[in-house]
Amino acid sequence: MGNRKKPTDKDIRDAIENQPKISKTTVLSSLLAVSNKFHYIPKNAVEIVAKYTGKTINDVWGVASFYTNFRFTPPGEVTLDICWGPTCHILGSQKILKDVHGLLGIDQEGETKDGKITLRYSTCLGACSQGPVFAIDHKLFGKASLSKIKEKISGI
Amino acid sequence: MEFNQIKHISLQEWDNLNSKDTIWIRVGYGASGQAAGAQEIFDLLKELSSDMDNINITLVGSMGLSYAEPLIDIKNNSGVRIFYNNVTPKITKEIFNYLIEKDAPLSEYVFGQVVPKGEKPIDGFIELDKSEPLKFTKQIATKNFGSISPTNINHYIANGGYEGLSAALNELDPEKTLNRVKNSGLRGRGGAAFSTGIKWSFLAGINSNIKYILCNCEEGDPGAFNDKGILENDPHMLLEGLILAGYATGASNGHIFIRDGHEIPIENSRKAIEQAYEHNLLGENILGTGFSYDVEVSLTGDSYVAGEETALMEAIEGKRSMPRFKPPFPAAFGLWGKPSNINNVKTLSYVPYIIKEGSEEYKKIGSESSSGTAIVCLSGHIKRPGMYEIEMGMTIKDLLQNIGGGSSTKNEIKLLQTGGPLGGVLGNEDFDVKIDFDEMSKVGAILGSGGIIVADSTTDVVDLIRTLVAFNQFESCGKCFPCRLGNTHMLDILNRICNSKPKDGDMDVIKKIGNSMKTGSLCGHGQLGYSPIASAIKYFKDEFDVALSANHPVDSNIDEMILPTRTRP
Repeated sequence: MGNRKKPTDKDIRDAIENQPKISKTTVLSSLLAVSNKFHYIPKNAVEIVAKYTGKTINDVWGVASFYTNFRFTPPGEVTLDICWGPTCHILGSQKILKDVHGLLGIDQEGETKDGKITLRYSTCLGACSQGPVFAIDHKLFGKASLSKIKEKISGI
Repeated sequence: MEFNQIKHISLQEWDNLNSKDTIWIRVGYGASGQAAGAQEIFDLLKELSSDMDNINITLVGSMGLSYAEPLIDIKNNSGVRIFYNNVTPKITKEIFNYLIEKDAPLSEYVFGQVVPKGEKPIDGFIELDKSEPLKFTKQIATKNFGSISPTNINHYIANGGYEGLSAALNELDPEKTLNRVKNSGLRGRGGAAFSTGIKWSFLAGINSNIKYILCNCEEGDPGAFNDKGILENDPHMLLEGLILAGYATGASNGHIFIRDGHEIPIENSRKAIEQAYEHNLLGENILGTGFSYDVEVSLTGDSYVAGEETALMEAIEGKRSMPRFKPPFPAAFGLWGKPSNINNVKTLSYVPYIIKEGSEEYKKIGSESSSGTAIVCLSGHIKRPGMYEIEMGMTIKDLLQNIGGGSSTKNEIKLLQTGGPLGGVLGNEDFDVKIDFDEMSKVGAILGSGGIIVADSTTDVVDLIRTLVAFNQFESCGKCFPCRLGNTHMLDILNRICNSKPKDGDMDVIKKIGNSMKTGSLCGHGQLGYSPIASAIKYFKDEFDVALSANHPVDSNIDEMILPTRTRP
């Protein structure tokens, strides 16, 4: 997932300043900009966002800890999302999750031991008509099965 | 530039694409197309045609026929669109090479044809719009689906786009525009089904320099993908409706509110807004009529409750998306404390049609109390999953059979899960009910946002309900403790029941919790938390009874449910 180097204060300020133009920049819009650029919220970003938006560090932590897409440690090189929403559930996503745990050698969300893959459970990826659905770095795949997931993450 | 000039340029571009010496290949995309592998097909076609001048390859939205994806269509010198379904790279190559060599369709892979007015059908291929499932649909808001590029404003305008806006700005005053919507009987498609015209009149009646129209495309309901579907296919349809809403209510700004990460709808919306500014359909003095209006895209992080109207405003303001206490209502005190109105994507996407064709034309469609169409999303155990616009008044049975093609398994359909995770289930004994806001609510079902999840007879109802409660528990914003703790408690009990360890009185406790949530929560997330359970007990009490006798059918795959561990601190 791109930049592996720890982002400097300047990197973070650049990400915030170059966020898509909106009429009022907010804590959330700034955190999204940081998260989209570095795939996590580095510790120093909280203070920078607070300064930039004129809010307190508490305000920023409040928002950052609320939205479940934010994380505070770098993810693996690749993020694998597997949907557990009702459609995918009916179509067998619990079994897929269980199998993927086995495949990756982990028993919950998070990083594989080698740090290469991050597994996330998703509430809905928005392609229910192709369920069960999974995504690799936001790219969607339908009709999920263990073999299909294996094929798509092979070589990582 | 005058609107007529814009239209003239658009038509020229459209006619060129459709001329006999141009080959036009369209690849259906969107979330569903992407999941089916459409991007690879598009890339391949681009590569194959890279040195050919007379071939245009365009990514269009998805026609809604998810089961047929990747779905491509080729228009060659016959003028007819020939569709190929479920194409693979290998098949695509064969079709393409045959087209170049023989200038003809490769029959063995043909799905069907769509014949434009004035052209003759090709023998031997079915006409898609005259066969199942499309012949049972009625396309108003989705009329351009699969046929225009979502990132090209000229395609939209060439197909009648922005004519409603131009007509309203030049011929109708805001009041008449609002009345047209009011008289059409349009009701909100986000779930509440409130009259859109009346809602707009609350905002129109308030004097303020700054007023907001907020278009809600948060769409966190699993099973619903029609809001994003509209933005993936035809963002200008929504944008025109959003501008008309601004004109009718005297608003100054519009926001399209989307969850971050849904890249196609976000990019399409941004591009559409940019193009509208370039054509003076947004900004100062729109089309020289003195009306000024700005629109931007606002993003939220992952939070289901952000789709609640006051929580949505909190998210745009950059805070935790927790609902506000009402009153004051958004029309008086909304985004940044200014008067605001929140409409769903689908609701606004009907407005261009209503303004252009008139209230009476719209009212002719649909049923007495629910005019117009419903855009439904079918998923789960159904042969033809996808997104379909149908006339209100169709029965569920007809929808499942004629549109959906029936069960995708050898087992019969047992229930539908509608209205999102706070909605409920509809057992098959009630499949005669009509799709209509009032008819559905009579049997306790909710049309909601149009997501319909189909489950066959092998589906374990108690386990399905546990999943819905797990979703609600995970997504509770935590502001009201009855919702935050209630969902957690209900999930604990349901987990125990599913693991065949029920206790006496479990269901009474759940019901009590549900009541506390209903009375003690600010928004629907807590208030409706018990609804899915209540509806499931109504139809499938026997399954609950079995589970409550410590006899939940054992399935090693589901008893230890795998759920996220993240919570909102």
